[in-house]
Formats: sequence, structure tokens, C-alpha cells
Amino acid sequence: MSDLWRLTAHEAHEGLRSKQFTAVELTESVLARMEAVEPRVHAYITTTAEVALEQAHQADARFAAGTATPLTGVPVAVKDLIVTAGVRTTAGSRILENFIPPYDSHVYEQLLRAGAVMVGKANMDEFAMGSSTEHSAFGPSHNPWNLSLVPGGSSGGSAAAVAAGECLVALGSDTGGSIRQPAALCGVVGMDPTYGRVSRFGIIAFGSSLDQVGPIGRDVEDVVTMADCISGHDPRDSTSNPEPLPDLRHYLGRDIKGLRIGVPKEYFIAGMEEGVKARIEEALAVFEGLGCIVDRDLSLPSTEHALAVYYLIAPSEASANLARYDGVKYGYSDRSHGTMWENMEHTRAGGFGAEVKRRIMLGTYALSAGYYDAYYLKAQKVRTVINQEFQEAFGRYDVLVTPTSPTVAFPIGAKVDDPYAMYLNDIYTLPASVAGLPSISVPCGLSEGLPVGLQIIGNFFDEPRIVMAAHAFERALGWANRLPEL
Amino acid sequence: MVAVATDFETVIGLEVHCQLVTKSKMFCGCSADYSGAEPNTHVCPVCLGMPGVLPVINEQAIAFIVKTGLALNCEISPFSKFDRKNYPYPDLMKGYQISQYDLPVCHDGWLDIEVDGATRRIGITRVHMEEDTARLLHRTDPVTGEGYSLLDVNRSGTPLMEIVSEPDMRTPAEAREYLVRLRQILRYIGVSEANMEDGNFRCDANISLRPRGITAFGSKVEVKNMNSFRAVHDALVFEQKRQAAILDAGGSIPQQTRGWVDERGETVSQRSKESAHDYRYFPEPDLPSLRFAPEYVAEQRALLPELPDARRRRFASLGLSEAEAATLTESRDRADYFEDVSRALALDPQRSAKLAANWVLGEVGRWSNTTGKELAAFPVTAEALAGLIRMVEDGKVTSAVGKEVFEEMVASGRAAQEIVESGGMGQISGSDELRDVVRKVIAANDKAVDDYRAGKEAAVKFLTGQAMRETRGRANPQVIQDLLKQELG
Ligand SMILES: [Zn+2]
Repeated sequence: MSDLWRLTAHEAHEGLRSKQFTAVELTESVLARMEAVEPRVHAYITTTAEVALEQAHQADARFAAGTATPLTGVPVAVKDLIVTAGVRTTAGSRILENFIPPYDSHVYEQLLRAGAVMVGKANMDEFAMGSSTEHSAFGPSHNPWNLSLVPGGSSGGSAAAVAAGECLVALGSDTGGSIRQPAALCGVVGMDPTYGRVSRFGIIAFGSSLDQVGPIGRDVEDVVTMADCISGHDPRDSTSNPEPLPDLRHYLGRDIKGLRIGVPKEYFIAGMEEGVKARIEEALAVFEGLGCIVDRDLSLPSTEHALAVYYLIAPSEASANLARYDGVKYGYSDRSHGTMWENMEHTRAGGFGAEVKRRIMLGTYALSAGYYDAYYLKAQKVRTVINQEFQEAFGRYDVLVTPTSPTVAFPIGAKVDDPYAMYLNDIYTLPASVAGLPSISVPCGLSEGLPVGLQIIGNFFDEPRIVMAAHAFERALGWANRLPEL
Repeated sequence: MVAVATDFETVIGLEVHCQLVTKSKMFCGCSADYSGAEPNTHVCPVCLGMPGVLPVINEQAIAFIVKTGLALNCEISPFSKFDRKNYPYPDLMKGYQISQYDLPVCHDGWLDIEVDGATRRIGITRVHMEEDTARLLHRTDPVTGEGYSLLDVNRSGTPLMEIVSEPDMRTPAEAREYLVRLRQILRYIGVSEANMEDGNFRCDANISLRPRGITAFGSKVEVKNMNSFRAVHDALVFEQKRQAAILDAGGSIPQQTRGWVDERGETVSQRSKESAHDYRYFPEPDLPSLRFAPEYVAEQRALLPELPDARRRRFASLGLSEAEAATLTESRDRADYFEDVSRALALDPQRSAKLAANWVLGEVGRWSNTTGKELAAFPVTAEALAGLIRMVEDGKVTSAVGKEVFEEMVASGRAAQEIVESGGMGQISGSDELRDVVRKVIAANDKAVDDYRAGKEAAVKFLTGQAMRETRGRANPQVIQDLLKQELG
């Protein structure tokens, strides 16, 4: 019973349903695991054992009452930009180090409704700006596969927690790759849903037109279970899709014979590690073996511009989104400097980290009078072109397959002082984000002992096809729920 | 050098911010009616600008701005959107205001005003939707003398409509008249209380001078902090003189913002345009764009009431004077009440209109003036007032008694018929009852009696009047006159 933390969420559900163990026992197992490895992994900013045990008791009552859902009693990690009433929510920033929200985010409400158990608020790059969690004001998380390496980011804490057994499944958020890249680097599955599939109400905003909450889990089925739990219309988010969505679990275990897969050549470029390339090639062979039609004769010429587009639009939106943190209403406040304006300046100077300041400056510049047309407006136009290229591709292909990241996990400290090198780590995940398309990263093996991720991109709201492809691939490869030894 | 006074033309444009009377705020569910409420009681995470919250557009506010645009003869944009206007200020909870930049809901309209009998058409550049800010209350610590500020977030996020005019006004009087007309229309269509003193109707003015005959604009000064129509007028008069004096002395007017200081009756410089903000507008990513189908616009147009100008013309066509028609249509309540009384009288339309106008402008107007109350609080229904007017018309009571009955109706809420019957206020026409009165009057007015006998006709009127007074107006004056002639015959 002591290794319950090794279970996937769906395995745990079976155990709970058949009364092999209780939700409290399952939760205690995860909490014990956290006690053992958290000092080395640092997946969490805040752990919430008390909340978790209380929720676990309620979960057991639900099993007794017969009102349990697939997530009832399942210990989950929640990225710390997802607002949780009464539980400190920092977005990885000093400026919110003492912020205890009086309201719940939509996705957390959904977790509560499902009866899930929250064991902690996961570490992240400050305001989700980063690809390694090194920009967290609370210190970096460590990759469970090798503690001297980064877990990726910005949802690095969520991915590390899943891989380290410090939860069974987690919520992250993706703006330009923040779910998929850490999932790839930690050898777990991560899905960035179509923009509009999951409500952003209560998600501390970074790039409003890009942000989307999504699941990270040890296999495709867990990710699908979590995605089904948080998806759907929310009238509090005007960008949330009002159309009814089919449950993705119906698309598990399907035959994908005849699935048309496009492999865009712009994703196989210099800078990509040989080991990563080799695993992707093997993965494509797996798909062919499953009867898919794999076509490498696909060009998405605007792919290379996605990085520039992203680093204009996201910082522009962030420059406005982060303007509210002035120390007047909540959070960190430096009031030792006399006038209100001086206090506001010092609050922001002391409350924000270097990367956040860099992006606020980028965005402020891009929106400034005289530069708006050349930067922000131009970026929006290129965004449309990127979108059109994807739409043309989806006329010919059901899904697109690419690597998730050009590299495996890199050492802590290796890129933190070189922002551009850090930004390049997201070049494969940015285009789908910029277009608002759904995508998933699934493990496709190891390179030099470290996990490699495969990205599957689908058309708008065509999560069913990426789920079918990912699940079939995962089964064919036989890689699910592989945890590193810690 | 001798300064020669130049003949300057004044150019004025106005920007009006007006709060809408929607149930809830612009982007959240909080009640927008916070007047009199404790500070920070009409708030939620959304209007407090807390992390992670999102705006949702108030449908009623959008209907209101479309109606406003239509009432101001504007085009309604088929495609409109919200933008973020970025500027840091502690009363702005998100650090940006959701407003509209390049695609306002309404544009290119006009409003006719009348000054000194001449009609002038003032262009409306645009009408756009935005959210109001919180309120900062500046205080001084009574002990330490230190200044501090309090924040009341109740106002934050309430729907605010900005109406921008073309620089088409040429005098402070025209500017005032524009505001009067605009307020009248906003109240007519029921979108705003439009009360400058309560702060739900705010006006900034742009004013510049140029030598008459020159088409290029002079550099403009923006005047703020005016809390009444009179203040707007006075501030513009002050600016006219100030700018003319500077220009006449060979100086130039720097582009700047000036604040009106009411107590001192002058404007003072607030900030120069050089330090103006770059608002870094960009499309609000949290909200969908707005598309106005022609059907929707037609629907809103159909909901518009008859507007003041049209109504005034129609009233005048019923034989009322221009002045009567204008006063009756000043407020929609008064015009509605007048029409209800007129309709209830059910006489020949012109006769009904004349009688209803006399009473509504006369007695009802006097009631308003003495009580200081709006017509909405007037306790007598149009039907009841029509009942009284008919009794006077039918000779059942004299008009003097009618006025007494009116007072009684206001005080007690009873119907005219009932008051007259129970209170002995009916007209006395019986010569037996009145003969004593007439004799008493003759006995008490020797001088008038002598005049009458000397053939002075005016004496009859005087004596009749005295008899009316004796009966508190209830006597039938015709019967009194007949009796006088008999008695003095
Ligand atoms: Zn509110």
C-alpha cells in the first residue's frame, strides 16, 4: 500500500472504486512521497496537506455515497497561477507572495466538483514567463530524471510533481509551450487545449490571447480525464467556447489506421539534438506501423516567425495584465519611500523579477506610439498568416507531428542568463500557441537517459484526433507511467 | 508697441462622460446603483481588478449606447471593439481602462441647438463605451496634518459613455445650450440621470481662439473640473478673455490642460501637453468584438421615444406657443403628463391642449417650484387633474374654487368631484342664497355704489369681486351681476 503514489489516476480510481484503499490512504501515500522527495525536487511553492486530507475524507464519503467521479480522491498538483480561494496563489512572483484570493478559478471549481484532492500549488516561472522554472521567485524546481537539470517551464513544478510521484496528475498552463515543453523534459504527457476550450476565469493572466490551462499526467488517459473535467463553457470568460464539447475519453483506444499525418520540415532544423531527432524518426515509424499515412512533404514557411510574433504579442498583453500589481490593493508592497508614486515604483522594482521586467519593457515598447504598427499590429498580421498555413495543412492532414522541444532537459543555470537561448527552447511549441490550436506532448523514449517528447498538433477543437493519435502511439511504444528513480 | 484688440472667433468642442443607468456594472454583476451606499460595498473580484478575473460585456449598456447614438443621429458601426487604455493611477484597478479607441460604437452624428432664436447644428464625432474608475477621497489627518487618500471602489467598472462633439460651438452660451439639449435627450431616452452635480454627467471643454476669417484652429486648451452648466459657461468665458488677452499682447497659447477653480472663478494650469500620456491602446483580448446587425439597430430605433425636438414641434402644431411647447417638453415626465391630461380631457384636441397646458404650466408648475420636487413625485394623476379641469370648464366650480380644489387634491389625494361635494365648494347660483351677500356688499361699499350710480361700469366688476370674496369664490358671477343691477336698479 505504501507505493500508491506510483499509480496513474485511472488505476487509482479503480482501486478506490473497488475499495482496495481509501482516498485518505492514497493521499497520505502521496504526502509521504512529497515529504521524501520535495526537498530535492522543489515542485511546489505551497503544499496543502491539510486541505488535501480534508478533501480526501470528502472523497471517501462520495465513494460511499456512490457519487464519485474519475477524479474523486485523486491527488493533484495545481499550478500556482490558478486562483484557489483561501490558499495562497503567487504566480511564482514575490509581488504576490502573500496573496490569498477570496475566490476560485473556474478550473479549480471543476476540480472541487469532481472531488479531486489538491496536495499543493506547483512551482512555475514568475507569471509563466520562462522555460525552466528558474525564473520562479521561490527558487527553481529540479528535474526528477536528473536533479541538476531543469524540469522545463513555465509549468515545470507541475510536470516535476507528476514525474516525481508528488501527485498523480496536475494542472499547468500553456502560453507558448509551458505545458508541453516541461511535460517533454520530464517524460510525462501534457496537453494544451484549443484556445477557448477551458475557461481562463481565475487564471492569473500572462498573454490573454494565448493562455490556456491544460493537464499534465503520466499517461494519455489521465490527461484526457483531467481535460474532460476542466473543459466547457464558462459565462465568466467571454473567450470560452459556448458549443458543447464531446468527452475526449470516447476517443481512447481507437484504431488510427489511415490517419493522415503531416510532418512539417521547418521543425527539423539546426539546433535540434541528434538524440531528439532519432527518437522522432522512430516515432514516425511507429505511426507508419500503426497504418498511418506519414507525409514529410509539408512546408509551413512562416514557422520561423512564430517566435517573433509570440515575443511581441505575449509581452504586449502582459505589460497591461501586470499593471495592476502596484502594491496598493494586495500583495507585496514597499511603502517606505514617501510618495505614492515612489512607493508604486519601488513595489514593482522589488516585486518583479528580471525576466518579468524584461517582458514588460518589451511589451510597453511594442505598444508605444509610433511603434505599434511596426510591432504589435504587424505581429497580429503574421499571426493570421501562420494560422492560414495551418488551416491549409489541415485540409490535407488530420494531425501534424513534430518534436516538442529541440533539446532534452538542460542544466540549471545553463540558459538563465541568455534569454534568447531560453526563448529558442520553445520554437516548436510556439506556432500552435500563436494559432490557438490544440496540441499534446507524449514521451517517445530517451536520449542520453533523458526523456524526449513528441508533439501532436490538431485543428481547432479537434482534440479527439490528437487524443486518438497520442493514445495509440503511447500503447504501441509501451512507455506510459515510467517514473525515474529518486 | 500698442496692442490692438483683434476680433477673435472662439472654437469650442465638448467631451461629455455620462454614467448609464444599467442595473449592473459594465463588466461584472455588481449593482451599478451605489449612490448612498457605504464605500466598497458594491465590489467583486472583477471590478476590484484582482488577479485572474475577466470582464463580461453588459448587454443593457450596449443597447443604451446604441439608442444614444441613434438619438444623436449617429451611424452605428457594424463592427466595433473594446481596447485597453493603459495608464497607471491608483483609482484604475487594473492599471488599464477598458475603453474604445479606433472603432467606437457610434460616430458622425449631430445635435441641433437653438441660441437667440437661431438653430445651430453641432456635430457629434463619436460616442464610445468605457468603464468608470474608482473614487479617490483625499483627506488630511487632523492630528499630524499629513495628507492621505482613501479609495472607494463602488464606482469602479460602472458603464461610462463618452460623447465627443466636433469643435462646432462658437460661444460659451452655445456650449451651455449643447449640454442642456444633450442632457435632455439622454434623460428622454432613459439611459442616464445626466446630473452634473451628482457626477454622473461630466464635461471637459476644448477651447481655442482664432482671428475671425481664419480657418486654421488655434492651439487648444482643455478645461476640466467643471461641476455645473454654469461652471462650464463661466470657465469658457474666462478662457475666452484670458486667451484673447495673451494673443493681443503678442503671446501664444501653449497646448495644455487647465482646471476650473469655482471659488476663484478662474482656470489654472494642470499639466502641459508635452507630458501627456502615451496610452498604448491595443485591442482588449479578453472580449469578443461587437457586430451590430441592421435588425438589432432597427430594434433599438423602434424602442426610442419621440425626441424633444419632434415633440416640441408637435405640441406647437396644437396651437400652443413656442415657449409653452418648449417648457412642456423640457422633461419627458412633464411632456408625458401634459399629454395624459390632454388625452383624458377628450375635448377638441386644440382645446384639450390649451387647457392641459394652462394647468400643467400653471398650478402643477407652481407646485413643483414651491415644493422643489420633480413631476415624478406629483401625487395627482392625469385623469384626476382632467376631472377637475372639466368641472371648471362645465361651470360646476369657478376657476378660483378650482385652484382650492387643486390644493386639496394634492394634499389629500381625493378626487375633485368628491372634494367639491363633501366640502361645499360647488358653485352657488341660487338668487335667494346670493341676495344676502349682494346686500351686504352694497352696504359695505358706499364709494363703489356711488360710482355705479354715476355710471362707472368698472364699479360692477369691483362689487362682483367683493361678492365673490364673500363666498370664497363659489358664487356664480353672472347671477351676482344680475342681483347687483336689481338691488341698485
Ligand atoms: Zn463587481
